[in-house]
Amino acid sequence: MKDRFKRVGGLSAVVGFSVIAFAAAAQDTGVTDTTIKIGLVQPFSGPASAYSQIAYTNEAYINMINDNGGVCGRQIELITYDDGYSPPKTVEQTRKLVESDQVFLIFNGLGTPTNSAIHDYMNIKEVPQLFVATGASKFGDPENFPWTMGWQPNYIAEGKIYARYILDNIDDAKIGILYQNDDYGKDYINGLRAGLGDKADDMIVMEQPYEVADPTVDSQIINLKASGANVFLNVATPKFAAQAIKKAAEIGWEATHIVNSVSNSVGSVLKPAGFENAVGIISANYGKDPQDPQWEGDPGLQKWSDFMDKYYPDGDKTSSFTVFGYGVTQTLEHVLKSSCDDLTRAGVMKAAASITDFETDTALPGIKINTSATDFYPIEQMQLMRFNGERWELFGDVIDGSNATN
Amino acid sequence: MTVQQEEVSAVEARQEQQARSVSAATISSLVVLAALVLCPFFISGFQTFQLNLMLIYAIAIMGLNLLTGFNGQFSLGHGAFYAIGAYTAAILIDTFGVSYVWTLPAAGVICFVSGFLFGLPALRLEGVYLALATFALAVATPQMLKLSILEHWTGGVQGIVIRKPKAPFDLPLSQDQWLYFFTLFVGLLLYWAARNMVKSRSGRAIMAIRDNPLAARSMGVNVALYKSLTFGVSALFTGIAGALGAIVIQFVAPDSFTFVLSVALLVGLVVGGVGWLPGAIVGGAFIVFVPNIAEEISKGLSGAMYGLMLILLIYVMPTGAGGLIRTVTDRLTRR
Repeated sequence: MKDRFKRVGGLSAVVGFSVIAFAAAAQDTGVTDTTIKIGLVQPFSGPASAYSQIAYTNEAYINMINDNGGVCGRQIELITYDDGYSPPKTVEQTRKLVESDQVFLIFNGLGTPTNSAIHDYMNIKEVPQLFVATGASKFGDPENFPWTMGWQPNYIAEGKIYARYILDNIDDAKIGILYQNDDYGKDYINGLRAGLGDKADDMIVMEQPYEVADPTVDSQIINLKASGANVFLNVATPKFAAQAIKKAAEIGWEATHIVNSVSNSVGSVLKPAGFENAVGIISANYGKDPQDPQWEGDPGLQKWSDFMDKYYPDGDKTSSFTVFGYGVTQTLEHVLKSSCDDLTRAGVMKAAASITDFETDTALPGIKINTSATDFYPIEQMQLMRFNGERWELFGDVIDGSNATN
Repeated sequence: MTVQQEEVSAVEARQEQQARSVSAATISSLVVLAALVLCPFFISGFQTFQLNLMLIYAIAIMGLNLLTGFNGQFSLGHGAFYAIGAYTAAILIDTFGVSYVWTLPAAGVICFVSGFLFGLPALRLEGVYLALATFALAVATPQMLKLSILEHWTGGVQGIVIRKPKAPFDLPLSQDQWLYFFTLFVGLLLYWAARNMVKSRSGRAIMAIRDNPLAARSMGVNVALYKSLTFGVSALFTGIAGALGAIVIQFVAPDSFTFVLSVALLVGLVVGGVGWLPGAIVGGAFIVFVPNIAEEISKGLSGAMYGLMLILLIYVMPTGAGGLIRTVTDRLTRR
């Protein structure tokens, strides 16, 4: 009798387990009833360690989520590793996260070479590589890489936005381009060409490349002026962008000067170039600049500021990195919340690919995140701004880089 | 007992002791080898991958050891040869569709030639000056790889993605395990070659140059030729390691081969033991695992932790793992 009891007990236990197993079927590796495990690999050390503020902000934001009860009734467990911006180390650390720590997804990896190194791996393993922190356009290719998605506007979209502006505002534009001779520079040119459409060959009068190893870009600027261009698209990284601004002013080249968003920092580009040389320069942005007085009392940026005070007091409140980290983690929170019913890797990718009109606290008003099964570029809108000698002033409407062609 | 008899017995005792320590050395190398062969069957794919990286770095360190440990030439630029080997493999696989196996000899030959050629002008430089010249090589390499003229081949900043090979002949091995054994096989082959080279006439000439170049020259050793050849052979080893690295990581980019890599190889060499070939394994393990341990202790201060561990290690074993093992065995046999 006792034996039979035992057996019945055992049987019901088995049934019970299988019920639980059944109920938990809509969960994947890295997800339990109480936790979601997420991995992150960023350069905490090495030449790019300045970016680690982004990782610390990601971490702080997730602490805030957990303090507020987590998502889908689960606490998020974030595991962070350092790759020192070295691609082999990124592969090692990512494999550790996926195979050893068994994370649910990898979030906000930073850098183009580092993310390229794990691009194939993540897609073969079918683990989401979500919201990579790079603007390279290759990370939004749902057909070949359905498990990888970027976040920030990609360089092609930004190039299209400038094309839109030039077509609408400048009659008889002759465009001269300074660009860094790599993928980043070429993405911009491709975007601009796509945006200009058939007129591209007529309008672009000169393209001048520079190498990262070049000491200056002076000769390129002189050539560009000599070409008779009246629009100057400056696709350079901060140091070279500053040199270009200074040189253009020095030789008295009066062209409509557009600086790419990579180099629109007031502190590290416009100041060394000289504010008087930078007046009237145009650029594009998608996030709010915490130093811009027009955002005083802005509820979104106030939330960011309160968050910084409470969860990341050591963080730099003047840095765009902390704003970036906040926005991208808020997007992750949104995606996780919308995949509560289907907390699988596929479910999360599906949620990430069906964001509609989501606005983060730190994005400029009107900039909405939209994705679809064929559109893996979350932010594609930007707003133009002009430097008035002290700070950037936004102007015009938000422009969408995805359909800026015509 | 006559003096002669005493001498004979002393010689016998020494020979006996030598034989004993040789057999001890053989036994311990067999144990290490067995451990290396069996390990992948008991650990996860990711750990196999880590061990594989360890072996690859060990091969690179072995190459550096031939140059620095046995020939006395300093190099802070072996990351450059590692990069050349890696890019040779990646370009051959990606552009020309060559099988990964054949990229290794190609990488070896190209690195041998570039090492030999670099060794020629470096002949005029000694000690720290040579270290500086090789350091320049390490700093220049990532930028050279980004040059637009080469971009068609190198892929520029973007780098080259290659596919990971599968185990051949339907062997019941995962990709990680197969590549691990492939690396182990290549590593053993190279170790065997390096050992024989060091023990040969040429090896003695190489070491004589390190110990006393003047004496070596008066003995009839062609110092210039041997130094350049050693540079070439050393680069060959490191280049093959680089090719293996590219195949295992499946990706090469200029940012993978910054001067930090060269420094890491030198650190691995010192930790493993300068002038002791098996020490390369210890050095490889240091390169792969110690930064991870440092990071686990403190993320913000991982660099400082790494430095601290390095200082401690050098304090405990000033002549590297090789020196430590020698001291320990000496003590044991004396007792």
